[in-house]
Amino acid sequence: MKFIKIQDCYKVYKNGVTATAGLNLEISKGEFVFIIGATGCGKSTLIKMLYREEKPTKGKVIVGGIDVAKLRNGKVYKLRRKLGIVFQDFKLLPKLTVFENVAFPLNSMGLKKSDIKPRVLKALELVGLKEKVRSYPNELSAGMQQRVCIARAMVNSPKLLICDEPTGNLDPETSKEVMDVLDSINKELGTTIVMVTHDKDIVNRMKKRVILLDNGILASDELKGKYKAHETV
Amino acid sequence: MKPFRILFRSINDGLRSVFRNFSLSTASILCTTITLILVSLAILVSINVNSFTKDLEHDLTIVVFMDRDSTDEDAEVIQRKIESLSNVDSVEYASKEVVKAEMMGESDTFSAIMGSWNADTNPLQNEFTIKVKEAEGLNKTAKEIEKYDKVDSVQYGEGMVEKMVSLFGVIQKSTIVIVVALVVVTAFLISNTIKITIFSRRNEIEIMRLVGTSNFVIRLPFLFEGFFLGIIGSIIPILITIYGYMFAYDKLGGYLFSNIIRMVKPTSFVFTVALVLLAIGAIVGMFGSFRSVRKHLKI
Ligand SMILES: Nc1ncnc2c1ncn2[C@@H]1O[C@H](COP(=O)(O)OP(=O)(O)OP(=O)(O)O)[C@@H](O)[C@H]1O
Ligand SMILES: [Mg+2]
Repeated sequence: MKFIKIQDCYKVYKNGVTATAGLNLEISKGEFVFIIGATGCGKSTLIKMLYREEKPTKGKVIVGGIDVAKLRNGKVYKLRRKLGIVFQDFKLLPKLTVFENVAFPLNSMGLKKSDIKPRVLKALELVGLKEKVRSYPNELSAGMQQRVCIARAMVNSPKLLICDEPTGNLDPETSKEVMDVLDSINKELGTTIVMVTHDKDIVNRMKKRVILLDNGILASDELKGKYKAHETV
Repeated sequence: MKPFRILFRSINDGLRSVFRNFSLSTASILCTTITLILVSLAILVSINVNSFTKDLEHDLTIVVFMDRDSTDEDAEVIQRKIESLSNVDSVEYASKEVVKAEMMGESDTFSAIMGSWNADTNPLQNEFTIKVKEAEGLNKTAKEIEKYDKVDSVQYGEGMVEKMVSLFGVIQKSTIVIVVALVVVTAFLISNTIKITIFSRRNEIEIMRLVGTSNFVIRLPFLFEGFFLGIIGSIIPILITIYGYMFAYDKLGGYLFSNIIRMVKPTSFVFTVALVLLAIGAIVGMFGSFRSVRKHLKI
């Protein structure tokens, strides 16, 4: 059984826009997958269905054995505790320190302080920011902030890390730092990573599986894929 | 324990929110305070009204005046007839001499005037004073007695008591309407305060959702915020209820409008009223926030 299974998945938004049209996709545990494609082709929609921000209109989306379409609103949190999510715009809380931001998911689960601390420090070590625990987000560079987000996403030791353009706001140099962190998480912890990106260089350099969407349809799916010349960024 | 940590965090969060949006919270708290003061007044007044209408009913009497030419023998016959009526509690006979003596004892003026009256010139009438068992039957009983031979007239306070009771009834009903309206306004105001808190914390809420915080845990702090707004709003009304009533009772010597209306002693009942106010505050606050949370914290 595959870790992520998408079968004949359609998503039609309330305004009538069809974001995905009959997607079929399988992703195994431990894979590193890029999702690419032109703007508006349904990349974000696809991963939103993975963490049940959106429900498929038709078809199945199964993540770690959970049928997302059948998941009731009140139970969505159970799915989200099993995965980490990283966004382009960080979504850190400015009034909390790095430590508190990373501890946030565990705190809201009501964990003991003595249980939280080692896990937060471990997550920060993973992204190389252990010495920044007391800093506030605005004291950090953009690349560091994104690494804090990755630490927060990883603090629950999820099996799946979902990233929507995590390097979208970063320059090539810091992008590389972030990608190194993601790569090591994938390699060392075996965490499955699904990452949406527009960054040609990253995709070409990392030689991972690349899924290309075109107007909500799977256009190509290649192991060790690359951006092709005709594809627009 | 996990649930306790979550509870503690929520309480802490809710309380902090109250003080963070202080100007907004103040509006809600003030509205709660005013409402609860009125609720308290309404409760205190109605408890007192109930108590003294009972007092009045308890003292309800019919005075029966006999014809001027009636004799003591007539009186005996009538007394027996009255005693046989089911609603009659007690009957007391006073001949006009006795009435005269009683009145002369009451004041010097009476004494001076009445001293010259003898048995023939005494304009007073022989009378019966009847206590009834139930106020409701008063009217019927009095009419019944009025029909007896040798009875001149009957007098009973029914008209005044009924008017008073019905007046208080009207006052009570309009107070209830006002109080209900105020409670609704308060709930609405609190709900609005919570709404603003929810909006000011929407980033945090969004992140909570994304990292897998359960709906219940997300909502709990807001419910506590409403709860605290209500509780804080009930402090002043509670103090007014307890100390204000005790003070009024003391100052007025336990009576309203001379000696007619006896106030209810401020014993345990003021604390019960205080508890009721606290409960109303808490419930209105939680209801207000519940409304907001349900509307603005949908997943
Ligand atoms: N909540 C929504 N309601 C209605 N339409 C939406 C919604 N979200 C996205 N869409 C539409 O669905 C289509 C796919 O959007 P999506 O965000 O998945 O694209 P994307 O591939 O992530 O684009 P980008 O590269 O710009 O982020 C677009 O046409 C978009 O306008
Ligand atoms: Mg997108």
